[in-house]
Amino acid sequence: MEIIAAITTGMLAAIGIWLMLSGNLVRILMGVVVLGNAVNLGVVASGRLGSSQAAFTTMEGVASGMANPLPQALVLTAIVIGFALLVFALAVALRAHAEHDSLIADDITREALLPAPDLPAADAGEIRT
Amino acid sequence: MNLLLVSPVLLPMTTFILCLLLRQHRGLVALISALGAAGLALAGLLLVGLASQGEVLAVQMGGWQATYGISIAIDRLSAAMVAITGIIGLATVLYGLRHDEAGSLASDFHLFVQGLLAGVAGAFITADVFNLYVWFEVLLMASFALIALGGGRRRLAGALSYVILNLVATLLFLFAAAMLYGATGTLNMAGLASLAATGMLGDNAQAAIVLMLFAFAVKAALFPVFGWLPASYHVAGTAVSALFAGLLTKIGVYSLIRIVTLVWPQAGLAHEVLLWVACATMLVGVLGAAAQVEIRRILSFHIVSQVGYMILGLALASPLALAGAVFYLIHHIVVKANLFFVGGLAARLVGSERLAAMGGLYARRPWLAILFAIPALSLAGIPPLSGFWAKFILVRASLEGHAWIAAGVALLTGVFTLLSMSKIWNEAFLKPHPDGTQGLRATAGPRSAWIAVAALAGITVMIGLAAGPVMDYATAAAAQLGNPSGYIQAITAQGGH
Repeated sequence: MEIIAAITTGMLAAIGIWLMLSGNLVRILMGVVVLGNAVNLGVVASGRLGSSQAAFTTMEGVASGMANPLPQALVLTAIVIGFALLVFALAVALRAHAEHDSLIADDITREALLPAPDLPAADAGEIRT
Repeated sequence: MNLLLVSPVLLPMTTFILCLLLRQHRGLVALISALGAAGLALAGLLLVGLASQGEVLAVQMGGWQATYGISIAIDRLSAAMVAITGIIGLATVLYGLRHDEAGSLASDFHLFVQGLLAGVAGAFITADVFNLYVWFEVLLMASFALIALGGGRRRLAGALSYVILNLVATLLFLFAAAMLYGATGTLNMAGLASLAATGMLGDNAQAAIVLMLFAFAVKAALFPVFGWLPASYHVAGTAVSALFAGLLTKIGVYSLIRIVTLVWPQAGLAHEVLLWVACATMLVGVLGAAAQVEIRRILSFHIVSQVGYMILGLALASPLALAGAVFYLIHHIVVKANLFFVGGLAARLVGSERLAAMGGLYARRPWLAILFAIPALSLAGIPPLSGFWAKFILVRASLEGHAWIAAGVALLTGVFTLLSMSKIWNEAFLKPHPDGTQGLRATAGPRSAWIAVAALAGITVMIGLAAGPVMDYATAAAAQLGNPSGYIQAITAQGGH
């Protein structure tokens, strides 16, 4: 069981990295999604998959063959956090696309390396927020 | 007592919630934010006082027995880092008060600064690898929001690089944590350290730790994975980039120091690799800075080169070198944030942060020139300022450890740093402004920003003049780091219900 999970994790990670090597912003973000899922699967698999009983302790005691609850707790946390980060990354990408009218990552990020613009006198020179 | 131990997280979190609830009242939010950051600094100083008595302060969350529940452990290094985090947070909030002119985003600035402080402080006090990951995510989320705050073509471009590269690094960290759990069955740092001490850390676990160190290296902007930092830091607002410059890479450095000293207290292969990485980081960073012509981009590359010094201290692994790394951390956070602040004030006065378009500041604003000179000379390592002692300790430790090349690189990097700083000095302060006397604007910025800058400069001078007590503290912190058994005992002694 773990071997299947391990191979799937590896293949997902490979797909994710391959997607991220592309210059297209959408593909890069898809790559982050796929890599994130590969990592999540890896987290679940790290707790071993042999036992499939729900991790509940009842009055009769601990069930035998109980699945390891800790990786499940970890992966739930990681999924939620990863989702929030991804949504933010998507929002930044969307705004960047709207401002730059391009989906080529290099075209967008090049802008950050241009000489700094002069600070407008109107707002006393502070970089506006 | 237990409340004090978790206060580094509770205070910013509470402030965060209050800022969120009171978003509409901008003045109130700024006041609460300043109070929250001051509270964090105070809690940090109290913890420094407690930790300097020599015991590692530990507490179990939720009363679960140690190595099962999440542990919080504060030794001298953690306490000092929490205190510095509070001080830099307070300076940032004071400097950022000018955001009050900028409309509705002013409250958001304070909100996310507090979120970031909670994440940073949490990362400094936790003794659980997965918990460390969660704090990384907390501070990352806040930093994403801060770097993109305000938007605009240029800022979004930088934010995009920052967001994606940090996301990937964090995924690697999560994967490493999972592999470590799969290999050892524990994520508690004390549990891992005691496994390592008894030689029961298998090859799988070692591989997972190496992957984790790589993820930390990305966070710390070490060679060759530092590219995201100079590509993004300079696009954010001044207060934001100063906060990042002071604290964010240092989380990576702290995590590297924590994990390496716990798992491999004796010098070994990892230290050898780190030594060369440190040398390359110092040189590449400082040479990269030499090619830049804007204040904040020069300073961004210097962050990279300075991180190299701290890693050099970790790599040498002798007590003196570790003490040097701790000293360097304390000194560097203050100096670096301050340089970004001063750069922002200077840019504000002359209307540009391009060196070619700056000038005349020494004649017109001598006080600002002095406030720049203090952290700049300290960064370059001129006695008697704090940077001199930090570099002196590390170079001496390199020589004692027969790391001749590292000592040479460290000295050479100091020379190049001085070169960069004198470039900023000549261009921005000494030479006349290209537009003559017309070039200077009347606005000097709110008084709070000047107070923040002057206070940080004061701390730099103080660390330099009182290098003895600071060094004593750093030596004691290094002794704790070099002998993990105290850390392990403090955590495992924590019983549960």
